[in-house]
Amino acid sequence: MSTDLKSTPRFQQPQERRDFLGLAAAWSAIATVFLALLGALRLPAPWAFPESSRRVKLGPVSAFKGISITPEPKERLWVFSDDKGLYVISAVCTHLGCVVAKQEDGSFFCPCHGSRFDTEGKVTKGPAPKPLLHLELSVSADGQLVVDHDKEVGSDVRLKV
Amino acid sequence: MQHNESDSQRPGEAGQAVASGALRELWTNLLSTPQQFFESAVRHGRPTSDRAASQAVFNNVFLHILPTRINRHALHVRTTFGLGVITLVLFFLLVVTGVALMVYYKPSTAQAYDSMKEIHYIVPTGRFMRNIHRWSAHAMVLAVILHMARAFYTAAYKGPRRFNWVIGMILFVLTLMLSFTGYLLPWDQLAYWAVTIGSEIAESPRELTDALGVTSWFDIGGLIKRLMLGANQVGEEALIRFYVLHVVVLPVVMCIFLVVHFWRIRKDGGLAKPPESGPPESTDHESGQQSAESGEPGAAAQAAALESPPGAVGSAKTYGLMAVVRGRTPAVDRSMAHTVPTWPNAIYAIAALSMMTFFVILCLAHCFDAPLKEHANPAVPENPAKAPWYFLGLQELVSYSAFMGGVGIPTIVVLGLMLVPYLDREKENSGVWFSGRRGRRVCLLTALMTTCSVVGILAFTINFGWLRSWFPNIPQLMITLVNPGTVLLALFMGWSFAVTKQTNSTRMGALAVFTCFLVAFAILTYFATVYRGPNWGFYWSHSDWPVH
Repeated sequence: MSTDLKSTPRFQQPQERRDFLGLAAAWSAIATVFLALLGALRLPAPWAFPESSRRVKLGPVSAFKGISITPEPKERLWVFSDDKGLYVISAVCTHLGCVVAKQEDGSFFCPCHGSRFDTEGKVTKGPAPKPLLHLELSVSADGQLVVDHDKEVGSDVRLKV
Repeated sequence: MQHNESDSQRPGEAGQAVASGALRELWTNLLSTPQQFFESAVRHGRPTSDRAASQAVFNNVFLHILPTRINRHALHVRTTFGLGVITLVLFFLLVVTGVALMVYYKPSTAQAYDSMKEIHYIVPTGRFMRNIHRWSAHAMVLAVILHMARAFYTAAYKGPRRFNWVIGMILFVLTLMLSFTGYLLPWDQLAYWAVTIGSEIAESPRELTDALGVTSWFDIGGLIKRLMLGANQVGEEALIRFYVLHVVVLPVVMCIFLVVHFWRIRKDGGLAKPPESGPPESTDHESGQQSAESGEPGAAAQAAALESPPGAVGSAKTYGLMAVVRGRTPAVDRSMAHTVPTWPNAIYAIAALSMMTFFVILCLAHCFDAPLKEHANPAVPENPAKAPWYFLGLQELVSYSAFMGGVGIPTIVVLGLMLVPYLDREKENSGVWFSGRRGRRVCLLTALMTTCSVVGILAFTINFGWLRSWFPNIPQLMITLVNPGTVLLALFMGWSFAVTKQTNSTRMGALAVFTCFLVAFAILTYFATVYRGPNWGFYWSHSDWPVH
């Protein structure tokens, strides 16, 4: 039966021009739909972010003098003060964003997946890929300590006051 | 039929009192209206004869997803355990209770938790509805996994059903996505930290791009995270996005794939079944490819069932159009042997399964309240912060490497399972559990091997740690590539190849790989549920947890 069908004129037409036009039409349609979808995908990718500034005042610099460790649970960080100056370690675990807790001996652990960090925030155990972030500190004009959550600094950087 | 006599009388035809004739007719019409109304809706009579029973299925838009006659094999409990129907019933329950909950739920971080409390304590039946919704969701995940295992072990992914297996995998992923987006909505501690962890997992390809040093210009992880959250931080935008996904996008996509899934079952000749319960499987030589088309009552057989008296044997029909269409034709039965009328057999079976599912879920919903934790607290995560049971296996893997456990291994497993029907094309033994005795032995051995290796590697990791415990300065890329999860994955791959080689059968290899994944999933889930405690540490029992 199939041989009968193939001998009919419909199955024997020269195909080249038809193919070219057909393929061109098909590919234009596919490209159009694809680009349109790509364009539509831009909608959920936000241009403007709703958050407030990530630069936050922590209080007057004088409050952090001496050798001290000040937890700032709302900002999810600790302010450390040693003989060289001030520095900040973020409490957000570099693994999957849980908030790490500080233990008696000064090391940190993460309750979600068991990462552990030493007193400087370096990973000692667990899945965390990076040390805890040290954040940039500065002093504002009105004498307040300012931390910028978006600026990472080296672990040996200290703010001299 | 007698009541039709009045239809044939024309007003005034008899030359009698016109008004009274028309009035009398109106009266008779009114009296026969209930019956007429019923017959206008259901055109055949009561399904007392086989013919009427066939029509009852064939002429009903909802029932005609079923064939008019169905193979006896399909109705045996052990063929499917009714798992597909149970899944569908649970989905219906979820849609109905979900819409009910939407009436009171408010998708905003300020009000979501309060509206949960309102549903629980104030809304009439609200607590019951939420319980049904939550337990149905859990049951659906379980039913989908069991249904998948059933389809796999009876080799129902073979031949014409290959594509339907792929659709099934998509439905499985959609079910998990619906569950995930669902338990975020209450905005309790579980919700908040699940969104946080989920979005960080989406960002975890950075683990890889950081190691390669290309994150600055190719930040795929960051892009997906921003698409999910609509922001850099978890908050209002994230909740609204997950709400839209949960109540509109995912259910609609799910419905589309469900329809395709069911349609394909019909077009592929119903449920997979062993050769002895039907005519021999025909082979399609035209594309030079072997396929296991099973001959069960398909679309055309329906018509045959209507036109010829039921029970007629050997209704060999050809259909003009199908002779022209190239490639496979829908599976057309060549005999009516081994079949029974769908009405009432299959319909009653489905009804019974629905009642059973309803009963179990309603009992659960009556006895146990759906969990609701404290209000979301961004400063302090729960300790331990555990996901619902079906994600705990993944959470265990994530605790070795975020990228591999959260993205890499799940992707490999899902894609790997989707590929199985295209790699294993042996056509024998479709519809037989474990493909017979040899398959049963392979599955048993594989289950044993998987249990030993998973328990072994867990015990090893707990006692001796992993790479970073021995080499503190090891690069992260090494841990991403070599961790307990990837070691197990490599072991399972190797084992499956070995089984394929040893038995000289791709089906045995497929059984091995699926059993590996299934058993490993079960053990990891059980382990993380029972033995993981505060700080994701190992504890033999809940009573050993430190007090804090």
